[in-house]
Amino acid sequence: MSLLVVRDLRVRFGRRRPAVDQVSFTIDGGERLGVIGESGSGKTVTALAVMGLLAENAVVSGSVELAGHAITALPERDMARLRGDLVTMVFQEPMTALDPTMPVGRQVAETLLLHADVERGSARARVIELLGEVGLSDPARVAAAFPHQLSGGQRQRAILAMALINAPQLVICDEPTTALDVTVQAQVLAKLDQALTASGAACLFISHDLAVVSQICDRVLVMLEGRIVERGTVAELFSAPQHPYTRGLVEAASLDRIEPGQRLPTVAGLLDAPAGES
Amino acid sequence: MKRAQLVAGLVLVALIVITAVVSVFWTPFDPIRVVPSERLLPPGWPHVLGTDGFGIDILSRLMVGARTTLVVGIISVGLAVLIGVPLGMLAGQAGGWLDEVVMRAADVVYALPALLLAILLAAVFGASTVTAMVAIGVATIPAVARVARAGTKQVMAADFVLAARVAGTSRWGVAGRHVLPNIAPVIGVQASVGFALAILAEAALSYLGLGTPRPTPTWGNMLRDAQQYLFVMPIQTVWPGLAIALAVLGFNLLGDGLRDYLDPRLRELP
Repeated sequence: MSLLVVRDLRVRFGRRRPAVDQVSFTIDGGERLGVIGESGSGKTVTALAVMGLLAENAVVSGSVELAGHAITALPERDMARLRGDLVTMVFQEPMTALDPTMPVGRQVAETLLLHADVERGSARARVIELLGEVGLSDPARVAAAFPHQLSGGQRQRAILAMALINAPQLVICDEPTTALDVTVQAQVLAKLDQALTASGAACLFISHDLAVVSQICDRVLVMLEGRIVERGTVAELFSAPQHPYTRGLVEAASLDRIEPGQRLPTVAGLLDAPAGES
Repeated sequence: MKRAQLVAGLVLVALIVITAVVSVFWTPFDPIRVVPSERLLPPGWPHVLGTDGFGIDILSRLMVGARTTLVVGIISVGLAVLIGVPLGMLAGQAGGWLDEVVMRAADVVYALPALLLAILLAAVFGASTVTAMVAIGVATIPAVARVARAGTKQVMAADFVLAARVAGTSRWGVAGRHVLPNIAPVIGVQASVGFALAILAEAALSYLGLGTPRPTPTWGNMLRDAQQYLFVMPIQTVWPGLAIALAVLGFNLLGDGLRDYLDPRLRELP
């Protein structure tokens, strides 16, 4: 049985056109699924729907099933118990995803203490151990530091540790490396890859960067205007993109094949997408 | 410059606090005992600021008055914070109709002047320090609640709140662990400004005879007593007036200084 089953998910806010429409996909245990799309294509809304964290004015239809729990119908209290334990999320912006008034180690420990029955002392030891595992060279110092005392890369690793500490079955990554520079991005991705492999966790990886997705994921969905326009393995998508939007993406991702002096390819986006595609 | 404001505020407030504390253990003369033979002495020695119409040392009464002022300020602002902050956080976090109900109720209280409320309470329960504290406290609630609500709304929109929710923290856990520490600075600023207003309100109430009754000295009722001798010994009105002015100035400077100190956007670049 699949770990995550999303069927005909449709989310709309107010009277506007649905932010997510007719979205269906599954993730098996340990599998990594990438979601690609531009800003406003519904990637993040899909992720929040899986977490049960959509704003209260969202109207949701369809079903989201996570390890046998029907998320869309689950009471908030039960959902809170699953969050951080069964499913967690890594955020895009390391600058704002940590509470400025709290030492980083305590924030990571909080996730552990909420779900696992552990003593504060051993929680601290576990936090420092994990901070070391995600590649922080001085984990004890980082644990005691406040967010503003750390670099973006250090913070993002701490956030990664926060997401991984309860050995979740599904990790949702919402553009986890977009705010980092390229070298740090590569390191964080490598750590993520390593950690996912080690724990056997499944991953829903959201990005607008084809190259990043191809490093992490097995299969890919392409979203446009709230709908899935294409799906397939990473190899399929790169070798034979079907939808014109995907073709544009793949072309734009292969910049190294462009001769100097030639115009750079652009992606046909929202405005000139063929009508009626889905 | 900004730092100077904060320091000046801190010095004034510290001065008042020290005076109040000292007055518990020692005053130059008995602040209550009437000495008819020493009525209306001008400033000099041993009565540094002179004596009032009952022959009581004015400096001693001023010192004890600082105590009354601080107690009224602390309790009324404390009351406002204890009620206003949870209400504001509730409104900010819940949103929707609950938000509307709480904030419109706050508007109604805001529209009612503290003095009017105090007169009402004094008429029903008799004038006392307690009625003054309750009236001032209740009148301060809306301002505190508004600040708490605005701060809560801002913090709730931050990614780290979402991150905490993702980690499985409940709504109330988020409120206590993340929202409260983040809005504490603005609450502190508001409390400091509220304190200055409370001092002013307390003085006005005692002046009108609606606050702490005699013989307990307060700056307000000292001002009232001195008014009787305005043409005989006008200098007497200066002392309590000066004390009130300095205290209000002190807490206002402290509030402003804190605001500037805590607001990173106003912080000068190094």
